[in-house]
Amino acid sequence: MIQRGHHDMGGLDAGKVERTEHDYAGWERRVDALVMLMRRHRLTVDESRKNIEALPPEAYDRMSYYERWVASLAQTLIQRGIVTSDEIGRKMEDVCKRNT
Amino acid sequence: MQAQYVTHYPLQEKPLFEAGERVRVRNAAPPGHIRTPFYIRGCAGEIERLCGAFPNPEELAQMRDGLPAKPLYRVRFAQKDVWPDYKGSPADVLEIEIFQHWLEKT
Repeated sequence: MIQRGHHDMGGLDAGKVERTEHDYAGWERRVDALVMLMRRHRLTVDESRKNIEALPPEAYDRMSYYERWVASLAQTLIQRGIVTSDEIGRKMEDVCKRNT
Repeated sequence: MQAQYVTHYPLQEKPLFEAGERVRVRNAAPPGHIRTPFYIRGCAGEIERLCGAFPNPEELAQMRDGLPAKPLYRVRFAQKDVWPDYKGSPADVLEIEIFQHWLEKT
């Protein structure tokens, strides 16, 4: 079993905290709006955190705040049966093609 | 500053601890979404107050309602008991909200 979750880092050395302000990108605002909409469907912060905490440690460290949010949201939508993995996967392929 | 706790859930589960009582945080590592920080597990502290009953976050995380709501306490720890190399004042304390099912009598 896992003793200490990767996210559960209280008390460990983590270097200096970089305090920076930044404007939110359009996609980050959309992710926030989607999460707020899901809160109306009983999405709790605990459910969101469960899926963020399930990220592999390497991904947890590499991803930005809203990248973690959108990864968690995608898991929630699949787990709740709102979309299927196949639907998300095909849409992601479409978007990738659009950007090349 | 006194924190205010607002809850609309009744205390269905009997509170087992009173303010001032010594408790120890269970030294456990169950799977799932756990709100009890790893660093505080196994540490002993004192009940500062009963905050009321709140839905169990471990159940909420799994898309269930977390009811009946669980007694939640504010627990006070001496910093020197939490961090072996603590160099601040011996009077410094740390307060954490911890659910009843994570606490046991010392």
